[in-house]
Amino acid sequence: MTGQEYAFIVLAAVGSISAIATVTARNVVHAALYLVVTLSSVGAVYLLLGAEFVAWVQILIYVGAIVILFLFGLMLTKAPIGRDSLDNQQRWVGVLVAFGVFAGLAYLIQDAFPLQDAVAAPGFRGSTEAVGQSIFHSYVLPFEAVSFLLLAALIGAVVLARKDDET
Amino acid sequence: MIRLPLVLFFSAFLFSAGVYGVLVRRNAVMVLMAIELMLNAVNVNLVGFSANLKAMSGQVFALFIIAVAAAEVGIGLAIVILLFRNRESINVDEVSLLKW
Repeated sequence: MTGQEYAFIVLAAVGSISAIATVTARNVVHAALYLVVTLSSVGAVYLLLGAEFVAWVQILIYVGAIVILFLFGLMLTKAPIGRDSLDNQQRWVGVLVAFGVFAGLAYLIQDAFPLQDAVAAPGFRGSTEAVGQSIFHSYVLPFEAVSFLLLAALIGAVVLARKDDET
Repeated sequence: MIRLPLVLFFSAFLFSAGVYGVLVRRNAVMVLMAIELMLNAVNVNLVGFSANLKAMSGQVFALFIIAVAAAEVGIGLAIVILLFRNRESINVDEVSLLKW
């Protein structure tokens, strides 16, 4: 166990607990704030894994933009408070399915990458320069596709959310 | 550095929490939040493998997924607001017009 692994385990514990809190919170605004904690700890995990650019994009886009969008969505719609109005009646089926998904994934992971003979890879630092080189050398076409997708989403959101006055 | 299975277990846990949220929540905004949790789990996997295999592709695809998630949230919230304007409720189990 290295120091980085201890730090990772602490961050993963914080992220997992607040992920559970996100999906079980009775107050929608609290759920959004727990989501901030989860997303921030995931960003810190990216930093630990040497992905600095992805980490800062995570903080900027997720914590900065997407959670704000969620809060706007919650404020613009009447958000009821209380578990019975937030959750449906199939909570135990949900617990069962989620636990089954986790058990299946954990079995597959343990089967494919056994924890006891996993070796920690030596340090890897994916610098911003390397990310940029990779995007603009190998992935220019997907990059353009993503920019087109964002444009389409922008126009779609405007068209969907505006009021039809003239009709 | 961090051993790969630990990262994968964390990601699997986040994904399962997202699955639970999608199945159990009634509020459409909360369902979108749970979907964000699942997309984050995928990103953790990609970045973990990128660090383990020393390849940049994982990080690039994580960035693409973040962009797609941003687009998805924008459209999703526009739909939610439209739904609220038309039906005064954003509970996904009350939107059953297309269900026979």
